[in-house]
Amino acid sequence: MSPLDRIANVSILKQHEVDKLYKVENRPTSSTSDQFCFLVRPRIKTMKYIADIINADKMAGRSRKYKIIFSPQKFYACEMVLEEEGVFGDVSCDEWSFYLLPLDDDIISMELPEFFRDYFLEGDHRWINCVARALQLLNSLYGPFSKAYGIGRCAKMSYELWRDLEEESESDSQGRKPEIGNIFLMDRDTDYVTALCSQVVYEGLVDDTFRIKCGSVDFGPDVTSSDKSIKVLLNSQDKVFSQIRNEHFSSVFGFLSQKSRNLQAQYDRRRGMDIKQMKNFVSQELKGLKQEHRLLSLHIGACESIMKKKTKQDFQEMIKTEHSLLEGFDIRESTSFIEEHIDRQVSPIESLRLMCLLSITENGLIPKDYRSLKTQYLQSYGPEHLLTFHNLKRIGLLTEQSPGETLTAVESKVSKLVTDRAAGKITDAFNSLARKSNFRGISKKLGLIPRVDGEYDLKMPRDMAYVFSGAYIPLSCKIIEQVLERKSWLGLEEVLRLLNGNEFSVTESAGEDSPAWESQRIILTVFLGGCTFSEIAALRFLGKEKGYKFIFLTTAITNSARMMEAMIETKA
Amino acid sequence: MDCYTANWNPLGEEAFYRKFELYAMEWSLKEDLRDCLVAAAPYGGPIALLKNSGRKEKSPSARPLLEIYSASGLLLASIPWKSGQLVHLGWTASEDLLCIQEDGTVLIYNLFCEFKRHFSMGNEVLQNHVLEAKVFHTEYGTGVAILTGAHRFSLTTNIDDLKLRRMPEVPGLQKPPSCWAVLSQDRVTIVLLAVGQDLYLLDNTSCSVVTPPGMSPAAGAYLRMAVSFNYRCLALFTDTGYIWMGLSTLKEKLCEFNSSIRSPPKQMVWCMRPRSRQRAVVVAWDRQLMVAGNSTECIQFVLDEDSYLVPELDGVRILSRTSHEFLHEIPEASQEIFKIASMAPGALLLEAQKEYEKESQKADEYLREIKDQKLLPEAVSQCIEAAGYEHEPETQKSLLRAASFGKCFIDKFPPESFVRMCQDLRVLNAIRDYQIGIPLTFTQYKRLTIEVLLDRLVLRRLYPLAIRICEYLRLSEIQGVSRILAHWACYKVQQKDKSDEEVAHAINQKLGDTPGISYSEIAARAYDCGRTELAIKLLEYEPRSGEQVPLLLKMKRSKLALSKAIESGDTDLVYTVVLHLKNELNRGTFFMTLQNQPVALSLYRQFCKHQERKTLKDLYNQDDNHQELGNFHVHSSYSEQRIEGRVGALQNAVDAYYKAKNEFAAKATEDQIKLLRLQRHLQEDFDKPYLDLSLHDTVSNLILDGHHKRAEQLYREFKIPDKRYWWLKISALATRGDWEEMEKFSKSKKSPIGYLPFVEISVKHHNRYEAKKYAPRVTPEQRVKAFILVGDLDQAADAAIEHKNENEMNFVLSKCTASTDVAVVEKLNRARAQLLKK
Repeated sequence: MSPLDRIANVSILKQHEVDKLYKVENRPTSSTSDQFCFLVRPRIKTMKYIADIINADKMAGRSRKYKIIFSPQKFYACEMVLEEEGVFGDVSCDEWSFYLLPLDDDIISMELPEFFRDYFLEGDHRWINCVARALQLLNSLYGPFSKAYGIGRCAKMSYELWRDLEEESESDSQGRKPEIGNIFLMDRDTDYVTALCSQVVYEGLVDDTFRIKCGSVDFGPDVTSSDKSIKVLLNSQDKVFSQIRNEHFSSVFGFLSQKSRNLQAQYDRRRGMDIKQMKNFVSQELKGLKQEHRLLSLHIGACESIMKKKTKQDFQEMIKTEHSLLEGFDIRESTSFIEEHIDRQVSPIESLRLMCLLSITENGLIPKDYRSLKTQYLQSYGPEHLLTFHNLKRIGLLTEQSPGETLTAVESKVSKLVTDRAAGKITDAFNSLARKSNFRGISKKLGLIPRVDGEYDLKMPRDMAYVFSGAYIPLSCKIIEQVLERKSWLGLEEVLRLLNGNEFSVTESAGEDSPAWESQRIILTVFLGGCTFSEIAALRFLGKEKGYKFIFLTTAITNSARMMEAMIETKA
Repeated sequence: MDCYTANWNPLGEEAFYRKFELYAMEWSLKEDLRDCLVAAAPYGGPIALLKNSGRKEKSPSARPLLEIYSASGLLLASIPWKSGQLVHLGWTASEDLLCIQEDGTVLIYNLFCEFKRHFSMGNEVLQNHVLEAKVFHTEYGTGVAILTGAHRFSLTTNIDDLKLRRMPEVPGLQKPPSCWAVLSQDRVTIVLLAVGQDLYLLDNTSCSVVTPPGMSPAAGAYLRMAVSFNYRCLALFTDTGYIWMGLSTLKEKLCEFNSSIRSPPKQMVWCMRPRSRQRAVVVAWDRQLMVAGNSTECIQFVLDEDSYLVPELDGVRILSRTSHEFLHEIPEASQEIFKIASMAPGALLLEAQKEYEKESQKADEYLREIKDQKLLPEAVSQCIEAAGYEHEPETQKSLLRAASFGKCFIDKFPPESFVRMCQDLRVLNAIRDYQIGIPLTFTQYKRLTIEVLLDRLVLRRLYPLAIRICEYLRLSEIQGVSRILAHWACYKVQQKDKSDEEVAHAINQKLGDTPGISYSEIAARAYDCGRTELAIKLLEYEPRSGEQVPLLLKMKRSKLALSKAIESGDTDLVYTVVLHLKNELNRGTFFMTLQNQPVALSLYRQFCKHQERKTLKDLYNQDDNHQELGNFHVHSSYSEQRIEGRVGALQNAVDAYYKAKNEFAAKATEDQIKLLRLQRHLQEDFDKPYLDLSLHDTVSNLILDGHHKRAEQLYREFKIPDKRYWWLKISALATRGDWEEMEKFSKSKKSPIGYLPFVEISVKHHNRYEAKKYAPRVTPEQRVKAFILVGDLDQAADAAIEHKNENEMNFVLSKCTASTDVAVVEKLNRARAQLLKK
């Protein structure tokens, strides 16, 4: 499902005299329509495709009207490309300032998956403006945020740009009552570890296995147990899904079977009904039950399918490796597991993910492993991944420990960087693209690995670690928890130093005239570069425990595979 | 006050006209007006005079002089006229002077005689010369109409959006028309012209003969025509002294008048006021002025000197060497109040107030009379309205005083109209002062709006007055004070006698950060005046960096523009600058500039990646960025079709990687070259696609096809680790179903991956028989798993018991089914029990 489908599906478009829909690709079109309207993201590549289509039409002597609608905004570079390709005069351009797509009651996505690569890898700031505008929009809808926290360079830039926009527009939001009390902005590179872990809460697993696109998933024949696939919208409207989405996978089956028993019981009530009751039942309940039944069987099918896939690939084994990486035990063993994983060509994406996880938890690979794993990988999956490795190094996901550089040496270097950051937001933005993760130190400081005596009860979780089977509390969520608890960054100086700083906290309302309690419990969490369903589940859990309500604004929903794919250099 | 109606002249039953002096002219003209080209702008606008125009240049010293005066005759500016022969002068709606030359060139000056621009009325006009010209105003803007020497008309309806129109020819026209006028009807501009006794109408496409309704056949030839200010009415004057007045659509006659003066008048203009039913024209001869309307009588004035008529919205201004007068119809409200023996409520109220001041009880009587008729509100409104029409502050005051007096006796009379009128009059009196010299009437002022009036004050550089008016009327800062300050600043930057610092400082002092001020606009003006440094200084005050960039680019301060763009955080702006720089600088400098701006550099790289790959290479080259250069070559190798090309690109990459001291990448790329070459051989030898496979897949495919020797060769050549090779080989063999070869291979030497994989792979391919062969060779730790995989629970149980490992035993137990594996279960349970005992 694409964002457009969520807003205006094909039938609506047809009602408005859209003849046919095409994907903009590097391919000539065979349409006979005399008007083309391109609804596109402002990408240079897309511009070339469009230019090719127009030029092909010109060669064929066909004349059409062309309109390009850029969403969310037009970039000068795009016009420039059109001009260089000689078609600027043939098209008319427009902008559709579309920033926010609500995926669910509490999730808003900007549907900008390219944000991650563009900003964190290429250092391209073009989307920051969009983030700022999205914030401006939310601000205009829900009143000013009384308290803003953030960590990361991008978070800072977005926030500052948004403030500038507010000042320029001079809108009179001043007198408005804030409906969203707090806003928390976080760069994805603050916490890569969480995003790299295999997801084990149901929604995350569905995303990892089937790919949720725009809040909807295509369940294939193996799930539907028929010969066609079914598109299912996954959100809180789905009564079955809303109850299991945040659960650990191990408890989902139990829940589903309980649910199906209940459902059966409700069906069974039919027996012994008189005609009138039956009539009532059919007219009022049956439809709901049927709907629920349909969903239930779909989710059971999905679970079975997930189980099948996961057992086949020694999922348990992999989870074990991940956990030892997170805890920092048995590194050698994990390394050879990864090596075998590569040698057996299990999956290029998974192999890469494990390598990155190893690197980032260990603050880089030791030189010998770095070389050998890479060699193995190239042999298994093809030499073009040489460029992929370069990207991963640049972004800091897969690096080499510099020989002789102990952790303390790294730390002192980092702290120097932190103090130097007054040098201006731009220059320091590029000095430290590939930064050290310091995961081990952070983990210790924040207690990310829960000490468990005996079994961790995944059905009755005690903390956010349940989203990773009780082995690890997601770093991103832990930071948010800590800051909200302290209402500032105070006391987190050590962690911040290890995280590379760039934190901020701003109190908007000057007078502490106790803003509405209700709004103070609402926190808008902004993930720049994407967030995972596991993080969402963890924060929903935290919200339930502490009485917060989190609303998620993300540039896109991400997971480990999407992140890795963004780094892979394709041949084309 | 008693003689208030002394200058009232009745015309017909209802209407009165009066003429009064606005200013005694300050200009002390030596020439007669008839020797000058004159143009006065409507709405009390400035007057332009071109002296000596009549005399064809006899000596260079007698060059004509162009002078611009305010309506009170104060000189605003003058210049000697050095351009070509002028035919006509006119003012645009924005008070610019249009000077129309004989050759059809129109020069535009502002009211300080500063040249702004020029345009031409076209070739046809240039060839045939301008005979006559008229400037007119429509909803489209200011237009110019030309009558050429070839008796053809050319016109444009908007000089700011110049589109020349050549009107159709009048058939058989041999001499110039006796008179003509431009009409605007239903947004169409047409020309009406008279030749002898015939009237012609020229529209865009055709020429038609028209006859005004009710025109007496004996009226004679047309001499003059006049169109009213709003284009609704038309007046025609014939050589029998007959005046026809009607609608300009020529569908209706309003009235006629016979002046019995046969000589052609110098000027004829309409004198009307909006919303009045009275229509009258003012006709001027050398020494006589006549107001003629719907009456057999007319009003006559004697002109002492040469005069010039300026039609206005609600009257006529009369200019002469010594005075400036206004002639208009007395509005109804004033008539009601001041007409002799008027009993209108307003008149009574005025009287009552006067008596009240005299402390006479008559005041009460008058007041009672109005109140009895319940007309007090009307009386107050009448007085307020009439005050607006008065030119003399004294009269205004007495009327307002009366209104204020009357107001006291009314409950809840809304005060707005009174306050508003006081404010408006205060503004009007201020601008009517002869120093300012804008004799606007109240009606004109309302039509013009305060915004336009402020613009006009700004145009006259009367900034302090404009600001005081804004403050007095409490206009919002953005449309009021700051706009004017911005204009002031734009004017200030043109003062060349002050240094850049002084000017910039003065401007900032005055403007501060007043909302709505755009420093970039002021800077743009400074740049237009050639003061680049000042512009840059001013831009420093601009808080929005996005606004600074375009101007900086225009001023060729590209590097500054670049850093400002980056500061703004707007990538689009950065792109704009970068691509601008690309065209402006030579490549080397361009790259150097980018080197210092990482944000810009990365943006440009993104652009190049898709659009200009070659530039990307140059960029890396310049930078000695060998790593990226290597990546670049690897990338481009993919687009090479031929193997040689690919190898060549990769070889380049190898060199670059070595230079970058990235031995790993270099080696990997070398391996790739080697692999490519090998794959080509394989492809030739076996006629199967091998290209683009990874090393692993290449070897795997070789084994699948049974080329074990070749596979072995690759394994050694590429130093494939043993583990990988074993994994690869057994899975390929199993896929191929070559169990014999697999067994042989398993015995070739000790397996580096153990024997469990053998079991697993055999089971995966559903060959338990083969799997069983390997199970015993599996290491003891994994043996239980292996036996379970092959389905031999008994042996698995044995292995577990041998290990004395409870977990393993439980694992095996969990796999057992009670019905079939009784013996095994028993065995295990026993062993477990034993284990527990210990």
